[in-house]
Amino acid sequence: MTFLKINNLSVDYQMRKETVNAAKNVNIEVNKGEILGLVGESGSGKSTVGNAIINLIDEPGKVSSGSVILGDINIHENSESVLKYRGNKIGLIFQDPQTSLNPILTVGEQLIETIQTHLKLSKEEAKNKSINLLKEVGIKDAETRFDNYPHQFSGGMRQRVVISLALCCEPELLIADEPTTALDVSIQSQILELIKKLTKERNLAVILITHDMGVIAETADRVAVMKSGNLVEIGETKKILIKPQENYTKSLVSSVPPTNKKISRFVIIEKENSSKKENNIKILNRWTKKEIIDQDLVQVKNLSKSFEDNFFTENSKNSVMAVNDVSFEIKEGESFGLVGESGSGKSTIAKMIVNLFKPSSGDILFDNVCITKIKQKSELMKFRKQIQMIFQDPYSSLNGRLKVKDIISEPITLHNPSISNIDLNNYIYDLLESVELNQKSAYRYPHEFSGGQRQRISIARALATQPRLLVCDEPTSALDVSIQAQILNLLKDLQEQLNLTILFISHDLPVVRQMCDRIGVLKDGKLCEVSNTEDLFLKPGHKYTRELLRLMPKIESIYN
Amino acid sequence: MLQVDNKSLSNWERIKDSDIYHSFIKSPTAIVSSTILFIIFFCSFFVELITPYNPFDPSSLSLMDAFTPPSWTEDGLAKFILGTDGQGRDMLSTILYGCRISLIVGFSAIIFSLILGVGLGLTAGFFGGKYEMIVMRLTDVQLTVPSILMALLVDGIARGLISREMHDEMAIYVLIFAIGISEWPQFARVSRAATLVEKNKDYVSASTIIGVSNIIIMFKHILPNILRPVLVIGTIGLALAILAESTLSFLGVGVPPTTPSLGTLIRLGNDFLFSGEWWITFFPAIFLVILAFSINLLGDWMRDTLNPKLKK
Repeated sequence: MTFLKINNLSVDYQMRKETVNAAKNVNIEVNKGEILGLVGESGSGKSTVGNAIINLIDEPGKVSSGSVILGDINIHENSESVLKYRGNKIGLIFQDPQTSLNPILTVGEQLIETIQTHLKLSKEEAKNKSINLLKEVGIKDAETRFDNYPHQFSGGMRQRVVISLALCCEPELLIADEPTTALDVSIQSQILELIKKLTKERNLAVILITHDMGVIAETADRVAVMKSGNLVEIGETKKILIKPQENYTKSLVSSVPPTNKKISRFVIIEKENSSKKENNIKILNRWTKKEIIDQDLVQVKNLSKSFEDNFFTENSKNSVMAVNDVSFEIKEGESFGLVGESGSGKSTIAKMIVNLFKPSSGDILFDNVCITKIKQKSELMKFRKQIQMIFQDPYSSLNGRLKVKDIISEPITLHNPSISNIDLNNYIYDLLESVELNQKSAYRYPHEFSGGQRQRISIARALATQPRLLVCDEPTSALDVSIQAQILNLLKDLQEQLNLTILFISHDLPVVRQMCDRIGVLKDGKLCEVSNTEDLFLKPGHKYTRELLRLMPKIESIYN
Repeated sequence: MLQVDNKSLSNWERIKDSDIYHSFIKSPTAIVSSTILFIIFFCSFFVELITPYNPFDPSSLSLMDAFTPPSWTEDGLAKFILGTDGQGRDMLSTILYGCRISLIVGFSAIIFSLILGVGLGLTAGFFGGKYEMIVMRLTDVQLTVPSILMALLVDGIARGLISREMHDEMAIYVLIFAIGISEWPQFARVSRAATLVEKNKDYVSASTIIGVSNIIIMFKHILPNILRPVLVIGTIGLALAILAESTLSFLGVGVPPTTPSLGTLIRLGNDFLFSGEWWITFFPAIFLVILAFSINLLGDWMRDTLNPKLKK
């Protein structure tokens, strides 16, 4: 039975230069007891639709047409009518559990406040109800946890509290906007299980907004695909994921890294890039290509790093071991993957290899020279040139005050001060071309580019010194899947043509499987195991690896 | 190949297209205050071209014209719009000449404290450690001393060090130094805070990995990115510096009466206030108020526009 009906919903943002249609004539129906997945890339309007239901659109946006019918009431009749339903019949779960709870009130106070706002209950009754709710969402020892402050809960537990807040007024519709994006894989699966369980038990209608196709495959009954404000396709999850009708859905599904096999390239349907293979050759002319010899380029030996909190106490009691006795080798020309959840120390290792941090103990050998103990600046510069890094956040990794040309020329002129202006320009153009950007982009500022294009600029800058080792720290986790596929393809091509050695760091197991030859699994600063990619995925040796593999959302689960 | 569609813009088009320009066009306060400021700046820096009188040329003065009231009053003369002072100097020209001194002192003082404050704040934020602690404690100490007291103190010490003949000549530099030294802690604090944010961004790490030296990272990469908040407090600081200059001159420790600033004019006019010649002190004072007020309004608008957190 149809519970929520969205008819012809349009949302417009009146901007200075133009009107942006964040949602165009969207029609969606949600039944009770089912989870509708709303997927799309960033800017597709999925969150806008979620917010429009409860009229939480930020200025200057407004719902320009359409109606939202809950049960048989049009809740958008006037601007006040939504308020009666928000929080009452409709519960909300937001992305970031860190910010959706008030840090200065205990969890209990927040629950009681919400309950008393909507239901006529005495304080005692409200308390009992909240404790029952906390139990229902799986918080152990709810009676004592009731008086705790949000900071005393872990990320996953906090998200459970947020869910209990959303549920406390017996809503019939639950809108979950990226509820697990800020969480680690292991916690993500618990939260999704919880949402699935609650949907069944309480006969809820749930809208799950996410960009993660794996999450959709595992949780949603039906799925709606959105692209730039339009509803592209809606239907049974199985049907949409296995036999997508629309081109956009096809390309979206094909750019999701498969978890069960290794593919050589991502299939990109929307963009034709058949002519690109030859482009890279230009920078090859300048490249002193290293022949791959079977030797270790990087050796990490008993590496440890502790961050000491010695502001108040001088002793090392408070020190946190971010990296604890880690050893591994990276062979010349291979892609080595480091995976782990947040806080596992993977980025710290990357920063030590590129010499941003000094290790507390242990050595890093690059080309059989220990680079952690280099004192002389000129010696260090030799290695700076050979080890470059690509960062996670394309928005902060480029200086917004410099033109792309100046960003890329900085490493070139620094390591080759005698380069002539013409030569420098040509080199910049060649580099831009190798990352599939045109020459004009050299004269623009970073803010004129999208996230994926910025990441390309980052790659061009990293290649400018002709490095042998490229450290990629979550290079695609801030990007949409289709852009991710393009960037990963690009990295693969570059590696092949330039014989790069890549250290690839990610929390995303399917991506790592596609990219890496060998993988090391990190947990709490310790290396659990290192093995060849296919061995690791097919017969994981360590129980933590098995756990990670079991929990990762798999788009293939749809076939089962 | 990915194409970036929109065509290259010239600098002027870029400015016209920017949010700052549009916010400016939409804000009457910003337009009015910047127009007033432009007029004041223009008139005071090209004062020789604008006024027929040179109040500092004794031969052109006539004591017969002394104490002429403003032109619209009964005894007023059309040639002295705002009247004349006790020596027959045209008030409007005198004010514009005085305003130039005030502006020069204000600007120089603020630039001095900007360079000192941003330099210390930037390096403190970037290098951290003991150096940072010393710099920041120094600002804390200085912030406990009222800035006008600080300026008086500097002025007093300078008077002791500089010989009497040199004093009038050096007065303006002493004043600039005195005001500048009392304003720098603000700049140091703001730029240190902004540096702490910027230095942890990836573009700084990227430059470090490339091998760029700390000095270049600080001045080429971080400095341009922390200038926004610094410029905002710089604008408001300019109004404060001009007021501080006037206060010091009013107290008699600022510029000498031979090259009077607005503050000096107010002090000189103050003597005539009770004998009925109100215009001699009133017009410099109202001029000072308008000047400081316009700068503050412009500073407010800049703060609102340049601070993304306050955007609606």
